Amino acid sequence: MNGVHDMGGMDGFGKVEPEPNEPMFHERWEGRVLAMVRALGAAGAFNIDTSRFYREALPPDVYLSSSYYKKWLLGLEDMLIAKGFIAPDEVAKGHALTPAKPLKRGKFTVQDVERIMVRGQFGRDAKAAPKFKSGDRVRAKNIHPTTHTRLPRYVRGHVGVIERNNGCHVFPDSAANEAGENPQWLYTVVFDGKELWGNDADPTLKTSIDAFEPYLEKA
Amino acid sequence: MTDHHDHDHSELSEIELRVRALETVLTEKGYVEPAALDAIIQAYETKIGPHNGARVVAKAWTDPDFKRALLEDASKAVGQLGHVSRVGDHLIAVENAPHRHNLVVCTLCSCYPWEMLGLPPVWYKAAPYRSRAVKDPRGVLADFGITLPKDIEIRVWDSTAETRFLVLPMRPKGTEGWSEAQLAELVTRDSMIGTGFPRTPGAPS
Repeated sequence: MNGVHDMGGMDGFGKVEPEPNEPMFHERWEGRVLAMVRALGAAGAFNIDTSRFYREALPPDVYLSSSYYKKWLLGLEDMLIAKGFIAPDEVAKGHALTPAKPLKRGKFTVQDVERIMVRGQFGRDAKAAPKFKSGDRVRAKNIHPTTHTRLPRYVRGHVGVIERNNGCHVFPDSAANEAGENPQWLYTVVFDGKELWGNDADPTLKTSIDAFEPYLEKA
Repeated sequence: MTDHHDHDHSELSEIELRVRALETVLTEKGYVEPAALDAIIQAYETKIGPHNGARVVAKAWTDPDFKRALLEDASKAVGQLGHVSRVGDHLIAVENAPHRHNLVVCTLCSCYPWEMLGLPPVWYKAAPYRSRAVKDPRGVLADFGITLPKDIEIRVWDSTAETRFLVLPMRPKGTEGWSEAQLAELVTRDSMIGTGFPRTPGAPS
């Protein structure tokens, strides 16, 4: 979706403000939110792409004015309600009012913590040969899906060069809609700064994205 | 009437209460147990962090075979180290050189190599960095107090998939003969994102 989350190249957000000796969490509740998202994802309530989509789908003013973990909380609530794991009035009441919905991998317990400390695996067997090889010139398609995608707006319509094939991976555009993993080849595609930002761009700039094959066409 | 300070305070309380309410609902429904949430938080607070990435970088600075393996397949190379935290399948190490500087961003959300660097800092997840890094990386570096020579190529890696990037910074001069452990002390988190350099010998840490 063409949301405010897709920020690459936007102006007006001001300076980057590093915080010296930043704590891992600024408030205790931030850690609880992170843990709930990780636990329910691991229990099979949703996949990582779906959880990203629910954060992107927050209203633009809410997205831009909420702290990082507040976005995680709001996205989590919306997603759990939409998927029937909680009822809309339960959080307001602070208690379970409806029966639980079974989780794909069951309740998340202390025994499950170890396995979530290693990232999930997203590589899958390929069903077809890759269409592109290193050195090929490709154009990022001018597409505007209203659902989840990992093709940022700032590259759409622009020509880059395939630098590397990263293997065949779960396709987020399908997985986020729970339309299956639909694995696709994933390439690192490099764009010249001038191709993306015009003649005033930094002449020393090259920017790459990792692009799934359906995002690309031969240039 | 409440003053501004009270307003801030009550907002914080409101979100804290809302998070507690959600946790109670999830616990009562049997989806999670609070002790498991405690354990997750504790694991993040103790097991992951930039010290993992620093050990990998220091090893690459001292062991040419490891460096070659790291640049070829970082997940595999780090996986074989054993003493460093386990990583997922799709870690990619990118090397800084006198003619090239690498910078990592996630314009769409907050993708970051957790196992190597810990949880990302707030600035990495916030709009100013995410919006500008791909278009004006030199301006972003200036916010970190860094100026690169004009002729150095800047390569920005936008983490748009499940691949994760670790910058391998250049080894500081004046560290000949240093041990891996000594070198690891020089490797900063920001130097592995590309928004900083390693410390130089003798500089305050």
